[in-house]
Amino acid sequence: MGAYFLRRLLTAIPTLLVIITLAFALLHAAPGGPFDTEKAILPEIRASIEATYHLNESLPRQYLHYLGQLAHADLGPSFQYRNTSVNELISQGLPIDLTIGGLALLVALLLGMPLGVLAALKRDGLWDRVAMAFAMLGISVPVYITAPLLILVFAVLLHWLPAGDWGEGAARNLVLPVLALALPYAAYVARILRASLIDVLQAPYIRTARAKGLPWRLVILRHALKPAILPLVSFLGPAAIGVLTGSIVIETTFELPGIGRFFVEGAFNRDYTLVMGVTVLYGGLIVLGNLLVDLCYAWLDPRVRL
Amino acid sequence: MLARLPRLSLVLLALIVLGAILVPWISPYDYATPDWDSLNLSLQWRSGHLLGTDDLGRDLLVRLMWGCRISLLVALLASFTSLFIGVLWGVTAGYLGGRTDAWMMRSVDVLYSLPFIPFVIVLTVIFGRDIVLLFIAIGAVSWLDIARIVRGQTLTLRQREFIEAARVGGMRPAQIIRRHIIPNLMGIVIVYLTLTIPTVILVEAFLSFLGLGAQSPLTSLGVLIADGASQMRAQPRLLICPSVLLALIVYCSNRIGDALRDVFDPASGRGHE
Amino acid sequence: MRCVMSLILPPVAAMSEPLLRVDGLSIHYPGPGGPVAVVDGVSLALERGRILGIAGESGSGKTQLLLALLGLVPGAGRVTGSVRLNGEQVVGAPDSRLQRLRGDRVAMVFQDPMTALNPQLRIGLQLTEVLAWHRSLKGARARERATEMLASVGLAEPALLLERYPHELSGGMRQRVMIAMALLCEPDLLLADEPTTALDVTVQAQVLDLLGELRDRLGMAILLVTHDLGVIAQVADEVAVMQGGRIIERGDVVGLFAAPQEPYTQRLLAAARRLEIPVGVPA
Repeated sequence: MGAYFLRRLLTAIPTLLVIITLAFALLHAAPGGPFDTEKAILPEIRASIEATYHLNESLPRQYLHYLGQLAHADLGPSFQYRNTSVNELISQGLPIDLTIGGLALLVALLLGMPLGVLAALKRDGLWDRVAMAFAMLGISVPVYITAPLLILVFAVLLHWLPAGDWGEGAARNLVLPVLALALPYAAYVARILRASLIDVLQAPYIRTARAKGLPWRLVILRHALKPAILPLVSFLGPAAIGVLTGSIVIETTFELPGIGRFFVEGAFNRDYTLVMGVTVLYGGLIVLGNLLVDLCYAWLDPRVRL
Repeated sequence: MLARLPRLSLVLLALIVLGAILVPWISPYDYATPDWDSLNLSLQWRSGHLLGTDDLGRDLLVRLMWGCRISLLVALLASFTSLFIGVLWGVTAGYLGGRTDAWMMRSVDVLYSLPFIPFVIVLTVIFGRDIVLLFIAIGAVSWLDIARIVRGQTLTLRQREFIEAARVGGMRPAQIIRRHIIPNLMGIVIVYLTLTIPTVILVEAFLSFLGLGAQSPLTSLGVLIADGASQMRAQPRLLICPSVLLALIVYCSNRIGDALRDVFDPASGRGHE
Repeated sequence: MRCVMSLILPPVAAMSEPLLRVDGLSIHYPGPGGPVAVVDGVSLALERGRILGIAGESGSGKTQLLLALLGLVPGAGRVTGSVRLNGEQVVGAPDSRLQRLRGDRVAMVFQDPMTALNPQLRIGLQLTEVLAWHRSLKGARARERATEMLASVGLAEPALLLERYPHELSGGMRQRVMIAMALLCEPDLLLADEPTTALDVTVQAQVLDLLGELRDRLGMAILLVTHDLGVIAQVADEVAVMQGGRIIERGDVVGLFAAPQEPYTQRLLAAARRLEIPVGVPA
């Protein structure tokens, strides 16, 4: 297991390097600098600003400089928020993203799995149709529609829950953002689990389990569910990415101070270092997430050799 | 073949697309000019504003159709860009095979592991003011699926007798690809086109919702949803109408795309969904 | 081709009911032009300690027949007729009742040991769960019994085997595990569906020997279904030939093989001889 982990970790490094290089190249290919809008700047001040951000150096030097910074886990100063480093912005925002994203994945599984199992067991029955109609809806309606609609219904019309604001992470403030983020993934989870469970239920070893006289409950819980969950585990990688990017919308809609909002503001204000920093962070999180999913899969499936 | 397509989805989508195409000629109102005499009208048949007006007195239905027009245009632009690159990449890799193929597909694998949405947001920083360029760029980064599928198809096509015959007959690779391989890929390409368009529409709406896509007075479904969301307390209609329209477009295209895939690509139609 | 049935019902013993008695069993599946019979009016009887071989090509309804004996015909199939096991009716019995019968009084060994064992679960659990459910035997005692059973089907180091996953075993070992699993509760009747088809020739012979030996030791009855007449010749007492869902010929092995009446049986026999299947060669 340890050797496998190490090998996977090593293959992740080039991927990260590609992410960093590409983001760097794209941002520096952008026409105009970040300070072009501030026309009234004196040339001397401008030069000194550019010196602080190393903008006066050649591109390869800037790139190497950035890589050097990254090696020390330093994402550099923000262009927009002077006197604040990108590291500080991220360390403020990341806990919020992780809380909302983690809870959303959990809710998606808790909601989607029973639905998928129910649909598979009552295949073509009423429950199956209801569950799959819900899933189709969840997949067709993106987060930026569900989020405002949830606010409209539960905050504006019913006054049950607050329409936004972090509120120090109070449960009341978390319900709507987490739900809005979780719904589409609950739909995917239900669809994937339904399909794979229907598949597994046709397998010869399920017939063996039945021929042994085991009751349905045991056949499903012990023999069918574990293999059926494997496709779901591989879906967790893409789902984690989706939750991460979905949280960008959620944070904007619910006015939560997570990284997603810094990211959008950074893109708006051409805050290169901030956008770079968040992109690199996202890339790192995604690589890490995929690594964890692979390990999880290997651990769950005895046929995968480590 | 047509009998197996979801008819209701086809009709609905055709109506929406028709409206989006024809709106400059059939609409009695302008989509951008404010009308200070008819602010925030609710649904009124008599005034001639079928879905009412927004906070600047602009007819909502007309704005919806214009929004669709922009969203669809942008989606077509991005889809064709991705199609162009993807088909070229896939056919080249699949036809040439060997080390070229291995190298080309390896780079596709690497690109697959990049975080797509963050990179799209990076692109908005570069092309922020120009939505056309932005979506050509988005198309240019979303060709990976198509390239993989086209490569697979090309690999199987390459084994077929008529390609063999053309090769023996002295046709050059470029000619074989143009005359024999690309025409045979049309089915699969159409399927993935119908599946890519809704995806890009969703990306556009996502960016516009965040304020990084279409810029005012230009409108799109994402802009309309974002505008509606900001005014939903007073006028929930302004949020609900564009949301329903977007969901309808995506749902119908997905249904049609899935049905087409079952027709053209029996290998992928094994799922139970 | 002559398709007239020579359905000879076995003589009914007046004083005692046989272990298994099947009367007019049919299984229909919905087809495009109305119901299609995959098993069509099959009747047979089997006494304790006897081995009945059912021969026929694939698609002749053999597997469906076995599934019907367990009450496990898939949802779309409609079962009519009568299956009595120890005098108890199986057709139409509630699942809760059948769950007590399956794996306990009647057990089954499936064709492909590669797919018939759950790849996700350890061998130990797949064995002990049978004991836990039917015998309320748990923990160390269940493991002890499972180990004994693995040893008795000729598997080396049975205690270590409990910790293994199916994919870590060879095909022959897996089939032995399947057989051990079926025998845990010492069933009265063992149903074996092509138990040797997926195995190498030498392993085939070993598994067949094992079946015969177990019958002698435990006194159970075995219903052995196969397309391979060589296998039947090696272990069975009686044989029934199935074609198109019907039993077209039956008799004791020696007599039927010496003088087959039906052309279909003759062809099956000729094919078996051409392939030189090792008949009665112990490994």
